[in-house]
Amino acid sequence: MSNSISIDHVVKRFGNMTIIPDLSLEIENGEFFTLLGPSGCGKTTLLRMIAGFNTIESGNIRFDDSIINSIPAHKRNIGMVFQNYAIFPHMTVRQNVEYGLKMRKMKPAEIKERVDQILDIVKIQDYQDRFPEKLSGGQQQRVALARAIVIHPNVLLMDEPLSNLDAKLRVEMRSAIREIQKQVGITTVYVTHDQEEALAISDRIAVMRDGVIQQTGAPEHIYTRPANLFVSTFIGHSNLIYASLSDTDDLPCVRFAGGYSIPVANLCKDVEKSGRVIVSIRPEEFSLHDEGIRGTVTSRVFLGKYIIYQVRVCENLYGNTNVVEYSQDSGQVTHLLAIGDTVFLKPNITKINIFSEKDQLSMIKDVNANG
Amino acid sequence: MPMGRKTRLKLDFWSVVTIAIFILFAFFLAYPLFSLFAGGFRDPNTQQFTLNNFIRFFTKKYYTRALWHSFLVTTCTTLLSVAVGAPLAYLTTVYKTKGTGLINTLIIISMLSPPFIGAYSWILLCGRSGILTALAENLFHIKTPSIYGFGGILLVLTLKLYPFIYLYTKGALQKVDSSLFEAAESLGCSGYKKVFTVIFPLITPTILAGALLVFMNALADFGTPMLIGEGYTVMPVLIYSEFISETGGQANFAAALAVIMVIITGLMFWGQKSIVNKRSYTMSSLHPIRPKKLQGAKNVALHLVIYFVTFLAIIPQITVIFTSFKATKGAIFTTGFSLESYRKIFSNLGRNIVNTYLFGLTAIAIIVLIAIFIAYITIRKKTWLTNAIDSLTMFPYIIPGSVLGITLLLAFNKKPFLLSGTAAIIIIAFVIRRLPYTLRSSSAILYQISPSLEEAAISLGDTPPKAFFKVTSRLMMPGVLSGAILSWITIINELSASVILYTGKTRTMSVSIYTEVIRASYGTAAALAAMLTLTTIVSLLIFFRLSGKKDISI
Ligand SMILES: Nc1ncnc2c1ncn2[C@@H]1O[C@H](COP(=O)(O)OP(=O)(O)O)[C@@H](O)[C@H]1O
Ligand SMILES: [Mg+2]
Repeated sequence: MSNSISIDHVVKRFGNMTIIPDLSLEIENGEFFTLLGPSGCGKTTLLRMIAGFNTIESGNIRFDDSIINSIPAHKRNIGMVFQNYAIFPHMTVRQNVEYGLKMRKMKPAEIKERVDQILDIVKIQDYQDRFPEKLSGGQQQRVALARAIVIHPNVLLMDEPLSNLDAKLRVEMRSAIREIQKQVGITTVYVTHDQEEALAISDRIAVMRDGVIQQTGAPEHIYTRPANLFVSTFIGHSNLIYASLSDTDDLPCVRFAGGYSIPVANLCKDVEKSGRVIVSIRPEEFSLHDEGIRGTVTSRVFLGKYIIYQVRVCENLYGNTNVVEYSQDSGQVTHLLAIGDTVFLKPNITKINIFSEKDQLSMIKDVNANG
Repeated sequence: MPMGRKTRLKLDFWSVVTIAIFILFAFFLAYPLFSLFAGGFRDPNTQQFTLNNFIRFFTKKYYTRALWHSFLVTTCTTLLSVAVGAPLAYLTTVYKTKGTGLINTLIIISMLSPPFIGAYSWILLCGRSGILTALAENLFHIKTPSIYGFGGILLVLTLKLYPFIYLYTKGALQKVDSSLFEAAESLGCSGYKKVFTVIFPLITPTILAGALLVFMNALADFGTPMLIGEGYTVMPVLIYSEFISETGGQANFAAALAVIMVIITGLMFWGQKSIVNKRSYTMSSLHPIRPKKLQGAKNVALHLVIYFVTFLAIIPQITVIFTSFKATKGAIFTTGFSLESYRKIFSNLGRNIVNTYLFGLTAIAIIVLIAIFIAYITIRKKTWLTNAIDSLTMFPYIIPGSVLGITLLLAFNKKPFLLSGTAAIIIIAFVIRRLPYTLRSSSAILYQISPSLEEAAISLGDTPPKAFFKVTSRLMMPGVLSGAILSWITIINELSASVILYTGKTRTMSVSIYTEVIRASYGTAAALAAMLTLTTIVSLLIFFRLSGKKDISI
């Protein structure tokens, strides 16, 4: 039923603009795979190539082993959920869901059975005779999903399906989508520019930038071990601090401009262990100590679960800033810092990431761009 | 703020405006219409109430046949216009066509030209002594089928009216989001199935609205069947000839005919409204359809079809302009070219030209003023009275021009309300018939202007009328003016009411084109029509400039 997708050196051009220069991906059968990247990086373009709405200038896309490059969209047997849902406004919910089955000339009894079943799965039986205009955003979303999966497509494609919903509904719908996807067990390619959504929903994520895949991997891997500087800043927040690397002692050592230095044990074997590097430290990877990076608290935001501090430091920071962000877990903290307090922030050496200044690639062991 | 502010009438500036406009409507529209209806139920000799006029109509085959003819012509024209206009709109939207802008402009020009020049041009081309008729006979010895009668009316009206369907359909297609089609494709649907399951149902309400417009226009058209019908009598022609005929006492009968017409158009209007209201979809298009480029022979065929159909629609304008420069001898064209026809119209018919522009501009001035006020009071100052005015503004849609002409003439032909034969009565007809264009675009723009702007002016010390004239009315101008240009174009081309209201002194260009054609003075008619067409084109260009659009919504 469902199949794997393999994308092999595909190229996409619009006129003389190359949007996707050379892209390869393997998406496994039954997997929930997310394309994540900033707006305009080519996610939609790639998705529409898989769907058959965009031509492929070079390279191949395969469903299992068969090349589908020249199969027109309506013969690819794909289920697609559009950003604006694209529900037919002149048909009731039920008619919308039946549409694809009718096109497949299925027997009425079978259509009824399948539609009933899917309406049940996505929980819209109660609205089946309404016109889409009368439905809320979340309900329309479910209709779009039902219509796409009822045809038992080879793959399910979704282009920012939650971007038109409000924040609360977004969270609710993303678990609904995830649940339904697992229930039907269908290969899914999901497009979003929202990193939190991508982390929450995916089996694997491909982070894209300017038509090039930066890293592919499980959400936790991409978050904890970003393959390059871009991924480390695009997913979650990272403080980027310049430092110099030296290999004089038994362990390579990172020295910050302020004088603080820490040994690192998990550098890749074949990287050059000297020169300038960029150390990436997430706000929750700092802890308060007697020694560390020295700074002064300049602002405090209490967010319930966390407290976020901005700390001014005398370090050489990447980008145009002189503050780092430090977050405290409210569950662990004994007393709050006040603005003006002097603190020493100690990075957790097992968590931090180090990128070479030259190519901005990770120097950490076992970090794989194609994990 | 007191609760009753919106519902109770106080004698401030806007109440005065509201009452004044209501009185105007009551006097120039409601009262005449009422007289017409009353007239239809009155005996010509005794002035007693009677149903005889209607009985006479429905029992004489001569009369009922006109109704049947009207029905046939109107229905066939509507169906044919949809059959031509909708596919044309679909093709030019879905496939890349060279010169879409020009095609649109030409189609709009053909739609806005005087209705009867179509008939007149096709007679010049394919009539008894037409150019093409002669050509076919001399070269190929073929007798071409007669252009006169049902076929001719159908041809001319369809070519004149399919542009409505074209523009409506195109507008609707541009609002459809292309993701709907992609959704259909992703569900395994393509080709004609996609057209019939998704595209067609979505634009059906719009096509219906366009079809109603075509229906109304075809039913009300007087010039075309009069010129090319030759004995194929339809209702407006019947009304005209019954009304004009010298045998006294026909006015009541003509009034009865007019009542029947208004009832038919009223029913159609109401029926269409209720269908469209029930099933219209609010669509907003984030991703409009991108036209695809066809390849090879298909592409050539596509262009041929589109250009051919556009060409057919624009033939009258070409014929008119071409023949206006032909040399004439008396009333007959001879070989060679000259400016003779133009000289003649300026020396003999100069008055009519002046009349057209004078009456037209006066009417436009009145229309603009009334439209701004009506738009404002019906949107911002809702009361039962402004609601009544709002409903009254619907009437021009359902009253055919010839009926309006008779209506006004019957109401204002004796003291103390003696207006017949004056320029005033023609201007009134213009205002009533063409107000809706300006009114609609004025309302549309007013909806986009925030009331708080005016309130700000008032809070800074302006009186309400001052605030309106200094702020709101100025912001409304772009919308008002683009509507006014449409009103203007349709005013200078107005025939069916003016042909009933005119006298020697108040004849306008379009009336005189008609009378010149009837006199078979084709050269002067062509020169006049060319002038009108040119004015139309120039006005249209100004409209595009002002509105910044490449389209027009009628
Ligand atoms: N049909 C098209 N023609 C020309 N350029 C396009 C077209 N579709 C997308 N692009 C361009 O391709 C780039 C990637 O677009 P898209 O795939 O929509 O980005 P994303 O979905 O990641 O936000 C953008 O710069 C966009 O302008
Ligand atoms: Mg996108």
